[in-house]
Amino acid sequence: MDILNDLFSNPGITKALPTAFAETLQMVGISGVFVVLIGLPLGVILHTTAPGGLTPAPWVNAVLGGIIVNITRSVPYAILMVSLIPLTRMLVGTSIGPVAASVSLTIGTVPFFARLVETSLREVDFGKIDAALVMGSTRLQVVRKVLLAEAMPGLVAALTTTLVTLVGFSAMAGLIGGGGLGRLAYNYGYQRFDTTVMLTTIVIMVVLVQLIQFVGDRVSRRVDHR
Amino acid sequence: MTAIGARLFGDASIWGNFLSHPQGFLLITVTDLRKVYRQGDRDVVALDGVTLRVPKGSVHGIIGHSGAGKSTLVRCLTLLDRPTSGSVSIGDRELSSVSDAELRRARRRIGMVFQHANLLDSRTTAQNVAFPLELVGTPKQEAARKVAELLKLVGLDRFADAYPSQLSGGQRQRVGIARALATDPDVLLCDEPTSALDPATTEEILDLIKALRDRLGLTVLIITHEMHVVKRACDSVSLLEAGRIVESGRLADVVASPGGRLSMALLPLPGEAPEVLPGGPVLDLLYSGDAAAMPVISGIARRFDTDVNVLAGSVEHLGEAQFAHLRIQLPSSADLAAITAHLTANGIAVTTKEA
Repeated sequence: MDILNDLFSNPGITKALPTAFAETLQMVGISGVFVVLIGLPLGVILHTTAPGGLTPAPWVNAVLGGIIVNITRSVPYAILMVSLIPLTRMLVGTSIGPVAASVSLTIGTVPFFARLVETSLREVDFGKIDAALVMGSTRLQVVRKVLLAEAMPGLVAALTTTLVTLVGFSAMAGLIGGGGLGRLAYNYGYQRFDTTVMLTTIVIMVVLVQLIQFVGDRVSRRVDHR
Repeated sequence: MTAIGARLFGDASIWGNFLSHPQGFLLITVTDLRKVYRQGDRDVVALDGVTLRVPKGSVHGIIGHSGAGKSTLVRCLTLLDRPTSGSVSIGDRELSSVSDAELRRARRRIGMVFQHANLLDSRTTAQNVAFPLELVGTPKQEAARKVAELLKLVGLDRFADAYPSQLSGGQRQRVGIARALATDPDVLLCDEPTSALDPATTEEILDLIKALRDRLGLTVLIITHEMHVVKRACDSVSLLEAGRIVESGRLADVVASPGGRLSMALLPLPGEAPEVLPGGPVLDLLYSGDAAAMPVISGIARRFDTDVNVLAGSVEHLGEAQFAHLRIQLPSSADLAAITAHLTANGIAVTTKEA
């Protein structure tokens, strides 16, 4: 079995793959955290400022939803990451490496996550919000204790989908210097016709996505009491 | 005020205490409440000058068809919607003109029960009941004690750790009621509390509401479209129609007013009661209390030596008293004037259908 031998002797796998895998996790981890930190409040604001929402504000809603979120989402990620290189240099001092790649990953994914958050929040029955207001809740209490708490299963599912998307995007980011499994597959599998590395990378990606989805589904079900 | 109260609400024992304290007598006062919505380029008048006085300790029903303005009235009473004009006050606190922070404080004096309970699915029974306490930062131990007490009060102490999805409709409504009582409110505002429940559960919930009124001295406002709820639970009732209160009063009084819409609805004649039959005069008799306990029909038959044909009738217990609504026919030979006079003298309202 040539492939089996190759699996343990190919430097592309024994030397480069562990580093690449760590870089992928780093990219997904860093951008995942920032996507939640920025996207969650953005999604909440999109929901509460909508007409009939908790604090209707047509202008804020139009600017955030119509312009920023929709425009960012309409630029394909491959183009976005290249066009963001100057900004990345400004923020982290370099455009190479997983940390640098996380900048464009975050910016490219925040609008996607924010929309998913908004959709999950929309599922929360208005009766519950009214009930909380009648009981004397402040608006912030309504957001924390009603909107976010009641939408938790949907929010976990949204995060799962976003992390899977980030894994895919991170492979693309690898091509322009982000590193990770994307670059590994490109350098070894595509440039050097190394089928073993290519297949191994694919298997690892599939397992990683399955794992994220599995854990996400479990957690989502755990917090779902409906 | 006292004179009006006495006229509207009679002198049954629960009113007595408050009649002597005119200051604290009315708990809910709604004055000329108007709400106009802008829909496209035209105005829709949802509430057209609603005035309401509910004395402390009473259960007042507001009945109306869908579209009469019930939901708008509830939203205006809790200030979820700002009324266009008019005022709402609970006790001596005027709600329609206060700041947001004051409004939040005032709202805690109103416990609200919703048609679909509106519990939070992410919380257990106990956590749902604790919600209003959490909002004001009640210490954990104190909140836990209060929650246990409330769950016992509504008979759900065994379900403290169950989630709403594990409870029946009636149990969910009980949790809703316990939650509404968590802040020791003066007023329990019930918006269609039984409309989503089956008949047996409806009875249970209404009995619970009445028991809580007696035990905690609550003032209860029940908004409903079911006449049955009014019959079963209310001391007084208002009929809301097209944004206006068209009839209002103590249950015994509105039932006893012949020709009134509420009277007809509360004591309907069963089936297709014939209006007029050939042969003799048809009388509608409406009577209550002591008169209802008298053998009216056989009394007439003996005294005037005549036949009496009962065409239709209903007899009901409303609150403490008994009410009857009968349609009878007399032979043409009967002395109509004398019989009518005799009935009227005995406190029976008579409407003659054929002269």
